[in-house]
Amino acid sequence: MANYYNDNENLNFHLNHPLMKKCVDLKEDNYKDAAHFDFAPLDFEDTMDTYNKTLEIVGEICGDIIGPNAESVDQEGPQLKDNEVIYAKGTSQNYKSLVDAGLIGMSLPRKYKGLNFSIVPYVMAAEIVSRADAGFANIWGLQDCAETIHEFGDDAIKDEFLPRFFDGATAAMDLTEPDAGSDLQAVMLKASYNEEEDQWYLNGVKRFITNGDADISLVLARSEEGSSDGRGLSLFVYDRTEQKVVVRRIENKMGIKGSPTCELVFENAPAKLVGNRRLGLIKYVMSLMNSARLGVGAQSVGIAEAAYREALKYAKEREQFGKAIIHYPAVYEMITNMKVKTDGIRSLLYATSRLVDIYKSYGFLSEGRSLTPEERKDQKYYSRKADMFTPLLKLIASEYSNEIAYDAVQVHGGTGFMKDFPIERIYRDARITTIYEGTSQLQVVAAIRGIGNGSYLKYIQEFEAQEYNEDLNTIKSRLIKMTEKFEKIVTIVEKDKMSELWDFHARRMVEMAANIIIGYLLLDDAMRDMNYKKSADIFTQKGMAQNEEKFNYMENFDIKDLEHFQLSS
Amino acid sequence: MSFKIVVLAKQVPDTRNVGKDAMKADGTVNRAALPAIFNPEDLNALEFALQVKDKIEGAEVIILTMGPYRAAEIIREAMYRGADKGYLITDRKFAGSDTLATSYAISLAVKKLGSFNLLVAGRQAIDGDTAQVGPQTAEKLGIPQIAYAEKLIEVNKEEITIKRRIERGVETVSAKYPIAVTVHGSADSCRPRNAKKLMQFKHSRTLTELKNEERENAELYKSRPYLMIEEWSVADIKADVEALGLSGSPTKVKTIENVVFQAKESKSLGDSNQEVEDLMIELIDGHIIG
Repeated sequence: MANYYNDNENLNFHLNHPLMKKCVDLKEDNYKDAAHFDFAPLDFEDTMDTYNKTLEIVGEICGDIIGPNAESVDQEGPQLKDNEVIYAKGTSQNYKSLVDAGLIGMSLPRKYKGLNFSIVPYVMAAEIVSRADAGFANIWGLQDCAETIHEFGDDAIKDEFLPRFFDGATAAMDLTEPDAGSDLQAVMLKASYNEEEDQWYLNGVKRFITNGDADISLVLARSEEGSSDGRGLSLFVYDRTEQKVVVRRIENKMGIKGSPTCELVFENAPAKLVGNRRLGLIKYVMSLMNSARLGVGAQSVGIAEAAYREALKYAKEREQFGKAIIHYPAVYEMITNMKVKTDGIRSLLYATSRLVDIYKSYGFLSEGRSLTPEERKDQKYYSRKADMFTPLLKLIASEYSNEIAYDAVQVHGGTGFMKDFPIERIYRDARITTIYEGTSQLQVVAAIRGIGNGSYLKYIQEFEAQEYNEDLNTIKSRLIKMTEKFEKIVTIVEKDKMSELWDFHARRMVEMAANIIIGYLLLDDAMRDMNYKKSADIFTQKGMAQNEEKFNYMENFDIKDLEHFQLSS
Repeated sequence: MSFKIVVLAKQVPDTRNVGKDAMKADGTVNRAALPAIFNPEDLNALEFALQVKDKIEGAEVIILTMGPYRAAEIIREAMYRGADKGYLITDRKFAGSDTLATSYAISLAVKKLGSFNLLVAGRQAIDGDTAQVGPQTAEKLGIPQIAYAEKLIEVNKEEITIKRRIERGVETVSAKYPIAVTVHGSADSCRPRNAKKLMQFKHSRTLTELKNEERENAELYKSRPYLMIEEWSVADIKADVEALGLSGSPTKVKTIENVVFQAKESKSLGDSNQEVEDLMIELIDGHIIG
């Protein structure tokens, strides 16, 4: 009888952000679908009501089915039998209930049997599912592949594959290989074109593929013979019914154990080209990865929420020295920090989702009509901002979810180290989030561009230009001081024009920017609901102290100090 | 040949999570403090009906509920889960009906629906716990019944085979149509609401509900007539008013007592197997478990 949507007021708060009007209006394009589909919304209010009610369904399934199944799924895990991946019993039940509820292909257009949802409620559903079972969230979240086919595939491929998602087809994105992990340009799996048959064939090995035995797989392969970089790669779609892929093994992992991670061998597997040749990595996979990073952001927030709740519950129940441990400063500080961090990354998650939603909707609109110059300008603004917010989200949310899970185990004491409580699983599940879909270190590589070209500073100044309640002035002036220090340190690090030093300090500078941006987002939240003032206050106080520390370290760092760190192989 | 399944469902106060203010000082249920929900075993009944529908091409599931105008919510809830349409039996003259009067009204409504194959109801409702309305309705319709159904074993257009829960085990029975089935809470839980069906049917309303709403959208209901939920009054089902409400109900509530369970002294057990076993026997004998 649990409902993971209704029991968390923060979700409804973020769903009802003022910018949703713009998101929904763009997504529904004058609500014109209402004339053709009896399940299409009539207007903005109707759409929001539908989002709310649909998330209630997600919350119910997560509270009643997926959450309670998480432990057995973690223990049982998937099995490999006759070249087929058999999900744990709970996993199959979870997936079936989401298919029955019509929740696969949520953001696809109605003509492909989708619900045409804005990305915001879709991401929210991902957060809720992740809170229930982070490993299962991967299997469900791979419907992102449908989004990629929709965005880049031709009509024939869209008509063939997209409606299958709603009917329950599972998906996988087959990118990494034994020698191509973070460096996807090194992908070797070969795609060869047979002119007589007008057919592509795939040969080679893929490794660490989540849900590798899925019904529909997107495969990154080298289509251009003799090429050696990313420009020789194309994206293909492979249909499992072809039976030309051997699942060599399922990896035995630390966490997210319900999600099958496979090693695959493609043996002359027929596949279809998605979009254009040579754009596989540089355009399509980059887009797919951005969605996946948003997905990991949602997963991280879901894990953080789960961990926080476990810690809070335990601290209220557990008594030591004659009272519940939640009354001791050492414990309540940890728990309050968990809450503040979760509020912060959730705010960043939905801010990013709205940005992505708006620029993508413009993209789909432009297929039907040409955009006005203002619209094109607007799209560019949101697209660039989304590109800057996404790595920040992936970096901070995943790192925080690990910190929160770590502290939540700590609150449980010895009990948390045992397998008796869910927190032990949550802690293991959290660990992957800073690694896959681009490590934290790679997110810094993406984000540091925004420090160098002044993008983050520009977005911070937009916040600064906003009017806030007088009540919030203390927090705002704190953020202004933090911004001054941020600008100053960037100038200092830039001064020597030494790229290695810049890279060495990159993470520190990115984290300073993140502290300011999340601080402002929480301040925006407090403007709409004063309950968030506490989080904004605590977050910026800690953020300011952290930024001071980073500032001092960088300011006093001599270029020669870099040598102490450099190691010879 | 069409295959018609009628599901009886009731909106009830949620008595499972009772708070302090669940009872009024006079000992009656404080309905305002308890949210109105789909009676849990009626959800099992709906799932049972939907499983039959999944297996018989062209089968239709019709939901029938009796209650105040807000009970239309039950019909919408059922449609979100796969029911095809529903009727609300509603009239002030039904107020105060006991199980005899209720089953009388429902049997008339079922007759009004015309011929059917399967009548499915939850075993009992959590507000009255009588388990009488389903069987009494079957009796009044003059059709055989299978009570306490737990699992649908097999079904085709001629026959249905059901596993039913009985006191000390299970029993598998087959029957021809028409047949009434009451479904036990141990049967499959109801499937979730479907997002697309929710969007299709969320605007469905009874005429009374439409009158109470501020927002007018006559166009919508004209172009999508299936969004109108029909309401049936006493006159519509041609019932004898005397056989309804308080006058038609031989069951009278004499008194209602507010029973408060209190934790009395606890029992300490030693760590020997014998003591644990003795306790198990005591609990089984006392029908507390088992």
